[in-house]
Amino acid sequence: MDDVKSKVLDKYSAKVYKNRKQHIIEVGEEPETQEIAANSRSIPGIMTNRGCCYAGCKGVVVGPLKDTVVITHGPIGCGFYSWGTRRNKAKSDDGSFIQYCFSTDLQETDIVFGGEKKLRQAIKEAMEIFRPKCLMICSTCPVGLIGDDIHAVAAETEETYGITCIAFSCEGYKGVSQSAGHHIANNGVMRRVIGSAEKAPKVRHSVNLLGEYNIGGDGWETERLLKDIGYEVVAVMTGDGSYEALSKADRAELNLVQCHRSINYIAEMMETKYGMDWVKINFIGIDATAASLRDIAKYFDDPELIKRTEEVIEAELAEIAPARDYYREKLTGKTAALYVGGSRAHHYQYLLEDFGVRTVLAGHEFAHRDDYEGRRVIPTIKADADSKNVESITVEKDEERYSEYLTAERAEELKNVIQLAAYRGIIPDMKPGDIVVDDLNHYETEALLSTLKPDIFLSGIKDKYMLQKDGAVSRQLHSYDYSGPYAGFRGAINFARDLTMGVYTPAWKFVVPPWKNEPVLQAKLVRDKERERAAERAGEREREEAAGAKKSGGAAHA
Amino acid sequence: MLDLTPKEISERTALKINPCKTCQPVGALYAALGVHACMPHSHGSQGCASYHRTFLSRHFKEPAIASTSSFTEGASVFGGGSNIRTGVRNVFEIYNPDIIAVHTTCLSETIGDDMNAYIQDMEIPDGKLVVHTNTPSYVGSHINGYYNMMSGFINYLSKKSGQGNGKAAVFPGFVNPGDMREIRRMAKLMNTPITLFPDTAGVMDAPMTGHYVMYPKGGTTIEEIVGLGDCKKTIALGALTSEAPAITLERKCGVPYEVIPLPIGIESTDLFLMALQKAFSRDIPYELEEERGQLVDVILDAHFYLYGKRVAIFGDPDTVIGLTNLVLEMGMIPSYVLTGTPGDGFAKAVNKLLGAYDVTGSRVKNAGDLFELHQWIMNEPVDLLIGTSYGKQIAKAEDIPFVRAGFPILDRYAHSYFPIVGYKGALRLVEKITEALMDRQDRDAADEDVELVM
Repeated sequence: MDDVKSKVLDKYSAKVYKNRKQHIIEVGEEPETQEIAANSRSIPGIMTNRGCCYAGCKGVVVGPLKDTVVITHGPIGCGFYSWGTRRNKAKSDDGSFIQYCFSTDLQETDIVFGGEKKLRQAIKEAMEIFRPKCLMICSTCPVGLIGDDIHAVAAETEETYGITCIAFSCEGYKGVSQSAGHHIANNGVMRRVIGSAEKAPKVRHSVNLLGEYNIGGDGWETERLLKDIGYEVVAVMTGDGSYEALSKADRAELNLVQCHRSINYIAEMMETKYGMDWVKINFIGIDATAASLRDIAKYFDDPELIKRTEEVIEAELAEIAPARDYYREKLTGKTAALYVGGSRAHHYQYLLEDFGVRTVLAGHEFAHRDDYEGRRVIPTIKADADSKNVESITVEKDEERYSEYLTAERAEELKNVIQLAAYRGIIPDMKPGDIVVDDLNHYETEALLSTLKPDIFLSGIKDKYMLQKDGAVSRQLHSYDYSGPYAGFRGAINFARDLTMGVYTPAWKFVVPPWKNEPVLQAKLVRDKERERAAERAGEREREEAAGAKKSGGAAHA
Repeated sequence: MLDLTPKEISERTALKINPCKTCQPVGALYAALGVHACMPHSHGSQGCASYHRTFLSRHFKEPAIASTSSFTEGASVFGGGSNIRTGVRNVFEIYNPDIIAVHTTCLSETIGDDMNAYIQDMEIPDGKLVVHTNTPSYVGSHINGYYNMMSGFINYLSKKSGQGNGKAAVFPGFVNPGDMREIRRMAKLMNTPITLFPDTAGVMDAPMTGHYVMYPKGGTTIEEIVGLGDCKKTIALGALTSEAPAITLERKCGVPYEVIPLPIGIESTDLFLMALQKAFSRDIPYELEEERGQLVDVILDAHFYLYGKRVAIFGDPDTVIGLTNLVLEMGMIPSYVLTGTPGDGFAKAVNKLLGAYDVTGSRVKNAGDLFELHQWIMNEPVDLLIGTSYGKQIAKAEDIPFVRAGFPILDRYAHSYFPIVGYKGALRLVEKITEALMDRQDRDAADEDVELVM
């Protein structure tokens, strides 16, 4: 299999080769010892699939907040592209801001003379029309360069209007991918939103769902299960999320982390500040969902919850059993490649496994080493210049609100059983011979597709059609190709149904025209026969016409 | 849907809400995809190329390639020279296009990267080309980016050899591959040789073959772009999109140009054919007359479902002008006509059309946004909304029949394969419009009023 790697890298010049070879690994017999290069710069011209810091901050983390006006401060494009395209569903009786795009639409004069004045005016207009409780400002590349002080404008806004206003300096050039934007958003939300509501007692058996963006309704499906068991969900970060709910997030007893990459900063900081534990769970996959629900029950260690958890799992499994068997039969033996953001390439391996599909290639767009190798490597990660440019904040214990749920003893005990403040990473879950790639680019995608020949390639819109044109079943795992939810038990069936459609849609049979399959000689015979038949038919027609003409007395030809 | 939009309209000078335009670079990227074996390159942050590729793929349901300079904070301070050099080297090495078309972004424009100097100084493999254009995102819209990229190609490549090639250069405007094919078909029926530039047919509607090819068969060739300088005449379709590159070509190579509207509707298509007729002394063939006659026939047949209906139209300037002309020809009233792209030419052109049909009281706006369009509709409703996918929410909120036309259409399939230009394109629009209105009549009809024959 090392062949695969060298075959892929072969095309590269020395410089590119030196860089990329550290980002591609073949899983060996001892995966826990393997190191991968991640969260470093993409090489210009390489056709990376990565986006930018703004996309991570506004597009991913703060964009879904339904009760918040998020103003993109910059030229029109960035706000426009991040408007309504990520499928983070939201419901609200009071209307939702996520159907809207707000931008200062900076013009040349603003770039020359500064954009603060326009930003202030835009905020004034937004306040007059919408009167939101919370307003956020996300800056784009040129704003950082011309030196607009968006933080000062935010402070001024708070004073003038008496609302919460948070500025995010998430210019696109910061960091090396969307990941920097997640971090910047986490910092702002932690500093200003979480725990900003008045102190209230902890809600019994309650959780926050972190790193769940409610794509295709995943968060709603997860919440349904949790509520069914008897948990209270205080806040979801940030799918169908709100400023209002986030401000009370400290009232929950436990943080559940779905997407580790985008939200682990908040999980960690809430632990320090409020004493709240976090557990890495995964609601993608049938067995994975059941295991996660059991992990949560173990954490709370309440007999009623444990009993109820088993009841719910049993009922859900019974409900999906026939469909599960059907789709398993349809899909077993297929192989898959996964290339998504920073978590899904791991989560979806469980779901594919549920239906007998083996993952042979997995990659992340913007993950860090801890997402690949597990959080244990965090102390050994050296910060480079790009990482240092992204602010890391520290929080302190909030004496008034701090409380620990577990005894130190129980915590130690649990650490051996569940991923308490821990994440194992993707590599240890893969099998020898599998390929893991960081920041997979266009060329490598093509090369790996032709070498590994997975039946199914789960990726994003930028490579979807390229893969499909090459004959692979390709589905988007960022947007679920407008389907979903894929989370939980029912979601798993939705996913299997969609995959089955992809594999079995009859159009695949028509890709190659039949005449391209015929051997030349046979084709010639067919052609000759066709000609004979055509001549016969022409003769028949002539005869018929002649007969018809006779019948009508030849008038038709007159 | 859009529950937070108040009916009361307040004046806004700074806040754009639900824009009806995007930024220059994506237009430049689309234009570059209309050149054969070309890699568009975005000189800026990774996010720009990522957003633009995503956006184009969502509209065409096709791969949209582009590379990026992947700016970091360091590059933003010290300039992107090293990024573009590395980028170009890697693109040629790994992806092997014939030409790289670089466009700038608000980032590289704000720091003042001198692309001319970078490109002059860089090593370019033999037989390969690098061209560029400046596309500051804070000026104009994607339409400016589209025509700036065209001018970029012309400036770098087009030459006047002194020997005319007898062809017309046709600039199609910001349209779909289906439209590009229709323009070529009409020119072929007229027996007039043309160079269509750019030409995304065969690129952004490439067939399924089981094998992905990075540079499909379509696209204007480099040779043809060079040869634009030897063309007899340029026919620029759509003043606000195609006149600028026509001027560039005239100034560089002395090719005279004629601007006519984007041929959407009867009259604009007539003008296009007559421009070809005039330039090449060719007769307009019966096939096209027949298509024209069929179009007029259908409009007459269905006129009582159309006459006097109020329509709101939004999108890109030349497309909207064309659609306005068509609905006027159909006897409808364009009550609201809006583009997000700035520039007074739009309102002037639309008002002229309205004047010709004695329509008064319409609202016409350039540099507008969809929030305002929605408010207009809330205050005085329309019978039909025509525009891009971004009208979907308004149509749902106000329960108005909706016909998708223009760019982008993100939520439907196959649309980009069919034209809206030419008589054929107009016939397609007439069908869509009548169907939308008549489906609504059926939906709203009481059981006793349902008509089997309509």
